[in-house]
Amino acid sequence: MNGIHDMGGMHGMGPIAPEADEPVFHADWEAKVLALNLASNSGWNIDAGRHQIELIPAPDYLRMTYYEKWFRRVQELLVIHGAITPEELASGRPDPGAERKAPRLPAAMVGPVLRRGGPATREVDIAPAFQPGDRVRAKDLNPTGHTRLPRYAKGRVGTVVRDHGVHVFPDTNAHFQGEHPHHLYSVRFEARELWGETAGARDAVYVDLWESYLERA
Amino acid sequence: MAHDHDGHHHHHDGEGQEPPSDMALRVKALETLLVDKGLVDPAALDAIIDTYEHKVGPRNGARVVARAWSDPAYKARLMADATAAIAELDYEGRQGEHMVVVENTPEVHNLVVCTLCSCYPWPVLGLPPVWYKSAPYRSRAVIDPRGVMAEFGTTVPDDIEIRVWDSTAEVRYLVLPERPAGTEGLDEAALAELVTRDGMIGVRRL
Repeated sequence: MNGIHDMGGMHGMGPIAPEADEPVFHADWEAKVLALNLASNSGWNIDAGRHQIELIPAPDYLRMTYYEKWFRRVQELLVIHGAITPEELASGRPDPGAERKAPRLPAAMVGPVLRRGGPATREVDIAPAFQPGDRVRAKDLNPTGHTRLPRYAKGRVGTVVRDHGVHVFPDTNAHFQGEHPHHLYSVRFEARELWGETAGARDAVYVDLWESYLERA
Repeated sequence: MAHDHDGHHHHHDGEGQEPPSDMALRVKALETLLVDKGLVDPAALDAIIDTYEHKVGPRNGARVVARAWSDPAYKARLMADATAAIAELDYEGRQGEHMVVVENTPEVHNLVVCTLCSCYPWPVLGLPPVWYKSAPYRSRAVIDPRGVMAEFGTTVPDDIEIRVWDSTAEVRYLVLPERPAGTEGLDEAALAELVTRDGMIGVRRL
């Protein structure tokens, strides 16, 4: 979707303002929100989780802090996936007669689960359509759902520099329409191809793009 | 808290009850509900928080960089298969499943961003700082990397090529800074002390 989250190349967002000696969390509730997101996963995947944040209306998206978004996201996903009911979310108490569930992530599994992570590569034997050195154009795709093709790359021509192998496709996985794994490439776009003549003559932006985002140029 | 609250709360349509006015109370309420339902193990929450507050952070990445500076064979493995080479130091897993290391040289400077969300190599750098996740950095790193770096006090000469890596997939990027001059006598532990988080994102040079 052409949402506010897709902000590469925008102006007007203000200064960066790095914070000296920044703590990992600025409040205990932020730490708890991170942990609740990881420990309560009730059937969603990383792409669906990202998309849920993209669905936050733009004015709210810009106003909310990172962990406020994560808090909103986990509440919505828990309801969507039936782990809790809207009534439980409103009341803060289990519905009368609700069956007690098993923990999604027992404490003993935290170490192993974080260490394993969630690899996105799949052992599928698919011939790559492109090779390093090939010139490719990012298609002008404008899906209303989740995508990882940033707006600034659409229609632009770049060069394949690396084949990352076969990766799960977020555009379908986010919507539980299957993983549809296919080749993912690192594509180099010259800065002037993206931003015009005022950009650095030698500079470049590298974007990881799935094969279905690309056509031969 | 370091941010502003505008007094608005984010309702779910159909909710009949006014939510508590403070994020801490709202989060506590959800935590209590999930624990009461059995869905969440409170000890798991503590273990996750302990991991990211105390065990995972940029000191991990600094060890990788110092090893690469000290050991040419390790550096070769790191550049060929960063995920495996980083796992040699026991750093692996969530948000570092597919690592790529990009090397700064006298000709090339690398800068990492995630324009679409906040992708960041957790096993080697920990959780990202607020500025990395914020709209100003995400919007401008790709269109004006030199202006962004200037806000960190970093000037890159025009004859050095800047490569910006936009983390749009599950590949995570770590910058291998140039080893500072005059460090020939330092051992790996002393070298690691020179390596900063911002140097491994690329917004500063060492």
